[in-house]
Amino acid sequence: MAASWTPSSVELARRGVRRVQDRRRALVAVVSSVVVLGALATVVVTSTGWPVVKETFFDVSYGIEVLPQIWDGFLLNLRLAAIAAVSIAVLALVIALVRTSTAPALAPFRLLATAYVDVFRGIPLLLVILLIGFGVPALQLTDSPVSVEVLGTTAVVLTYSAYVAEVIRSGVLSVHPSQRAAARALGLTQVQTLRFVVLPQALRRVVPPLLNDLVALLKDIGLISILGAPDAIREAQIATSLTFNYTPYVVASILFLLVTIPLTRLTDRLLERSIARQNAQGTA
Amino acid sequence: MSAPVLALEGVRKSFGEEVVLRDVQLVVPEHSVTVLVGASGSGKSTLLRCINLLERIDDGQVIFDGVDISDPRVDVDDVRTRMGIVFQAFNLFPHMTVVDNITLAMRRVHHIPRREAEERAIEALDRFGLADKAGQYPDRLSGGQQQRVAIVRSLAVAPRLMLFDEVTSALDPVLVNEVLSVVRDLRADGMTMVIATHEMGFATQVADEVCFLSEGVIVERGPAAQVIEAPRDPRTQEFLRRVHEAGRL
Repeated sequence: MAASWTPSSVELARRGVRRVQDRRRALVAVVSSVVVLGALATVVVTSTGWPVVKETFFDVSYGIEVLPQIWDGFLLNLRLAAIAAVSIAVLALVIALVRTSTAPALAPFRLLATAYVDVFRGIPLLLVILLIGFGVPALQLTDSPVSVEVLGTTAVVLTYSAYVAEVIRSGVLSVHPSQRAAARALGLTQVQTLRFVVLPQALRRVVPPLLNDLVALLKDIGLISILGAPDAIREAQIATSLTFNYTPYVVASILFLLVTIPLTRLTDRLLERSIARQNAQGTA
Repeated sequence: MSAPVLALEGVRKSFGEEVVLRDVQLVVPEHSVTVLVGASGSGKSTLLRCINLLERIDDGQVIFDGVDISDPRVDVDDVRTRMGIVFQAFNLFPHMTVVDNITLAMRRVHHIPRREAEERAIEALDRFGLADKAGQYPDRLSGGQQQRVAIVRSLAVAPRLMLFDEVTSALDPVLVNEVLSVVRDLRADGMTMVIATHEMGFATQVADEVCFLSEGVIVERGPAAQVIEAPRDPRTQEFLRRVHEAGRL
C-alpha cells in the first residue's frame, strides 16, 4: 500500500510553498545576524579606547608566553573541583536524607542539618573561604600548617553541599507518595523503599540542576585564589602584575570556557530530554 | 471451619472532621471473595488502605490471620509481606523493567536469589500472557498490561490476602476485561480477595459476599443475587438505579 502512494497535486503544491517559506526564513536569519553582530563589532572596534584595549587584553604573543603557567594553575582548578565534587555529592546526599527522614532517633540530626543548610546558604562563598582560610589555621589544631588548597576546597565543599542537599531533597520530595505506598505495600522497609524506589527516581530528576551546580563549582573553585592557592586565576594575576598587560585574564577565561561550554550544552540537552519525557508521561 | 483470614471489628477512620468509615464490621473467610461497592467517596478505597495499614484507623480492630494488626507493636512490614494490594493507578516503578518490578520484593524482602526470582516472575507473566513484556519499562505498556503486571507483582510474594482498589477505573472498556479475567483466574485458584469496584456485572460474577457502602457505613451485605439483583436498602436501590441509568450494569 505504501509503495503505491504518490503525493497528490495538493500535497506537492504545499511542499513548494513550504520550500519558499523556508528559504525566506533562512535569508532573514542570516541578514539579521550579520546586521546585529556587525554593528556590535563596529561599535567595539571603532571606539577611541580600542587600540589600547587590543594591546593590553588581546596580546597574542604574550598570551602564548604565559599559557603554560596558567595551564598549570588551571590543572589545579580541575583537580580541586573533582575532589570537591565527590565530597559534595557524599555530604549533600547525607544531609538531604537526614532532612527527609522521619525516624525519631534522627531528630537532633534533622535540626543540625536544617541549621547547616540555612547557615551555609546564607553566607557569601567568598566570606566562607576567608573565614575558614584564616580562621581554621588560627586554631592551631595541627602541628604543621594545613595548605590553602585544603582549606579553600573545604570552604567550597561546605557551601556547595548546602545547595546540592536542597536540590536532592526537592528531588526526593517530588517522587509521588503513591510510589512509596506501593513499595511499602510490597513489604519493603522504609530504608529499602528509599534505596530502591525513591532515590533512583529522585536522582534521575535532579541530574540537570546538579550539572548546573557542577559548572558553577568549576568556576567558583577559582575563588580560593584569594587565599593564595596557585590556580589559574592566581597565575593570571601574577602574570598580569609583572607587565600590566591583562591578556593572561583572557587566557584564563578561555581555558574555563573550554570546559564549561561543553558541560552547559550537555546540561541543556539532558534538561530538554527530561522535560520531554515528563510531558510524554502526561500528568501521571 | 477455620478462622477467617480477615476480620474487621468496629473500624472507624476520619480525616480531620470528616468521618470516612464508621463502625465497619467485616468477615472474610479463607478462599472467599468480598466485593465492596458504592459511590465514589463512600469509603471503599479508605477501607482497603486501612486493612493494608497504609492508613491508621481511629478505632476498632483489624484482625488478620487471628492477629490484631491494628496494634502499634505489630511489625507492619511483616504484615504487608502476607497481604497484596493493587491500586487504581497501577503504581509500577517507572525506573525498573517489568521483571525488576516483580522481583524487587522477592529479592529484597524474601531474600530469594535473583535467578530464582526471575524464573518465578517469568512464569507468572507467562500465565497472564505477558512473558514478552518482561524486559520492557512500564511506560511502553498499555494500561491493561500495566495493571496486570501490578497484579503479578503483588502475587509474586504469595500473599494470603489480595486487595483490589478499583483496579479497572483507569482503563478503557476493552482493557477492563483483560484485567478482570486475571481476577477471575485468581478466584478459581482459591485466592482470598477483597475487591472495591464499580463493575457491577463483574461483582455479580465473582462475589461470595457483596457489601454496599454509603458514607462510610456498610448499609447492606449479602450474596450478589440479593444485594445487586434485589437490594432492600433504599440507598442501595438508588445507587444501582443510577448505575443502571449510566449503562454500566
